[in-house]
Amino acid sequence: MKINISKIIIFSFVVFFLSIFWLGLKKDNNYDTKNIIGNKISNFQLPSIYNNKFISEETLKENKFTLINFFASWCAPCRAEHQYLLNLSNKNNDIKILGINFKDKKNNAIGFLNELGNPYDFVAGDTEGKASILFGIYGIPESILVNSELVIIKKIIGPINPKQYEEILQLIQ
Amino acid sequence: MLSNIGVILVFLILASSFLIIYNAYLDIKIKDQIVKKIIYNLSLFQITFTILSFFALIIGFINSDFSLINVYENSHTAKPLFYKIAGTWGNHEGSLLLWINILVLFSFLFLVFNFKHNKKFRLYTLIFQNILIIGFVIFLLLNSNPFSLIYPVPLEGLGLNPILQDPALAIHPPLLYIGFVGCSIYFSAAMASMFSEYKGKEFALSIKSWIQISWCFQTLGITVGSIWAYYELGWGGFWFWDPVENASLLPWFAITALMHSVMVLEKRNTLYAWVIILCLLTFILSVTGTFLVRSGILNSVHTFASDPSRGIYILLFLGMMIFTSLIIFFKKYKKESYNFNLKTRETFILVNNWFMIFFLVTVLVGTLYPIFLDVIADVKISVGPPFYNIVIIPLVVPFLFLMTVGPQFKWINSQNVKFYKTTFIFFGAVIINLFIYYFFENYSVLTNLIFIVAIFLILHCFLDAKQSIYKNKKFEYPRIISHLGFGLLVLCIGINHQYSLEVDFNLKIGENKKINNYEIYFENIKTEQNKNYQSVIGNFKLTDFKRNIVQYLDPEIRIYSDPETLTYEAAIKSKITSDFYLTMSNVSRSEYYNIKFQNKPFMIWIWISAFMIALGGFVQLMLKKNEN
Repeated sequence: MKINISKIIIFSFVVFFLSIFWLGLKKDNNYDTKNIIGNKISNFQLPSIYNNKFISEETLKENKFTLINFFASWCAPCRAEHQYLLNLSNKNNDIKILGINFKDKKNNAIGFLNELGNPYDFVAGDTEGKASILFGIYGIPESILVNSELVIIKKIIGPINPKQYEEILQLIQ
Repeated sequence: MLSNIGVILVFLILASSFLIIYNAYLDIKIKDQIVKKIIYNLSLFQITFTILSFFALIIGFINSDFSLINVYENSHTAKPLFYKIAGTWGNHEGSLLLWINILVLFSFLFLVFNFKHNKKFRLYTLIFQNILIIGFVIFLLLNSNPFSLIYPVPLEGLGLNPILQDPALAIHPPLLYIGFVGCSIYFSAAMASMFSEYKGKEFALSIKSWIQISWCFQTLGITVGSIWAYYELGWGGFWFWDPVENASLLPWFAITALMHSVMVLEKRNTLYAWVIILCLLTFILSVTGTFLVRSGILNSVHTFASDPSRGIYILLFLGMMIFTSLIIFFKKYKKESYNFNLKTRETFILVNNWFMIFFLVTVLVGTLYPIFLDVIADVKISVGPPFYNIVIIPLVVPFLFLMTVGPQFKWINSQNVKFYKTTFIFFGAVIINLFIYYFFENYSVLTNLIFIVAIFLILHCFLDAKQSIYKNKKFEYPRIISHLGFGLLVLCIGINHQYSLEVDFNLKIGENKKINNYEIYFENIKTEQNKNYQSVIGNFKLTDFKRNIVQYLDPEIRIYSDPETLTYEAAIKSKITSDFYLTMSNVSRSEYYNIKFQNKPFMIWIWISAFMIALGGFVQLMLKKNEN
């Protein structure tokens, strides 16, 4: 029997397409970042909202633990969790807090912190919200706790509640 | 009760399909040219059952019969009647029933209207079409039964997604479905043609009208979808290169190529194999599109009805369709010899086909590449407008140029065509382009090249129109209307793209904002209570200093209760020359509102020209009817 190359190519092409579709179906397609615990955060570089300096992953390596908190002046639940952040920064020297100001205006953010108090050791601006996506953020407030090796050890979606606050304290003991 | 009736009707459709196949198979063996009466009767029964089953579901929606899961999940007593009815096909199960309706309808019409054609060919077409019907009916019964019951019967339904409660969207799915599912009939006809050796001109004539009908509806459906996106989604755009939109565009490219090459088959009796490939491809792409949209494999802003478990079935079906058609095609394929003269219309139609296939492949790659990457490398990317703009836009220039020049050639041989007038028009287009540049004071090489070729095409269409009226060549009208529409579409999109104004800012009541020569004043806000939603309406005064006109724009925020959703209704003032587009959204915990203001030139002409493209197809159908 004569083997026809073009037929084989076409058939394998079709098989390839269909199997990709099949594999695609099996895959969980929902954008989900709950399972990022244990991953290292990716490198980033964001401008501080107070001066012209940049904050990057290098800054975090010096801390024993860092809580990365995503907030904005327009975000109501962010106000609700603010007290816990203030408590954390006052009580504990092992943990530093990096605030990432999400899709917000610099002046509004500064006003927000002046009004409620500033729990953050560093405040970086992510005006377009693009850098936050790299951290696996889909809405704010969200917080990520990382250790000095930049490995994520806890992720909190939504405002920090009393239970989660206690968990953070336990983790950094 | 309604559920039982519905399920019985669906089983009757299935039974009549099996009977039609059996009787058609017997009848093929009889060597005469008369199709047996029983086959007509069975088809008539089948179409009656199908339409009745659809009506049963509509009645369920009208009466808000929440014993049906489908009605419970997608309707609500507080919904206006119109949207209750539209809700029938606004969900997966109901739309699958609509899909089956169209399969059966086309099967029936093809049998009845193509009585002049070869019996064997007609019967084979009927058999393949009924195999498709069986496949989809089984899918409906096993996985997506719209007549499934829920117990205990809920008192109230969950409601339909509010952004689907729009008149444009109520007619969008049926239009698209007629377009896409209509392709099934020449898929079946192509298979039948290979089996019955019914080829060439006769075959071309038998499928031509069906191609035109489905092409017209596809064009209309895509346009209406785009209008909906413009008015409802509140982004001010009309085409987003979203995977779901792309899925609807893929078959359109294939069918447009097919519509042109079937003319070559009719006039020159060549390109048979290519026409068959396109017939098969169009429907395969339609089903692929359905798979992509319904299975949830794509993450898109408007996958409203997706569920992975359905995907397996559609994929299985798709795989069977592709393999069967490929195997049969390779078995029956005979090499054809082509001897086209360079300067003939058929050559240019082939060129059109190459462009169409190029566009198709580009969009296909752009749509599927993210899926491939996700599956193979676990990387999530999205392919957006920049990719399509870079790949497609430069090619629009030669495409439009050839689209203008091509129809000037005659079939078979056209040595004596003169191009004085064409050259003259081309320079005219260049001069008009200079005027556009002068008027808008803004320039981009590629966009202006597109302006030139688009104007060239438009002007030439007017010349063609004059000549065909003068020589009474009616058969040229459809081509001229559609091509004119296409030229106008490209021109308007170009102008719209190049000269749109878009600004984003925050305002509170009593403040105003100046942009170029416009001033926007936020007068006040009022709230209204409607049947199933509450609305917050802003009152904006727009002053145009250049023309000294004052207009009022009232964007709206709607708060739907079932399910609780916010939608933003844009305030749009359409005029002949441009659209003003204003949306407002609330900024939480503040008295400010976020305002998006756009001025989009020639917006309305985009719709008009898209409708014109479809109109060309309808005119062709009318002319054909008059001929008979």
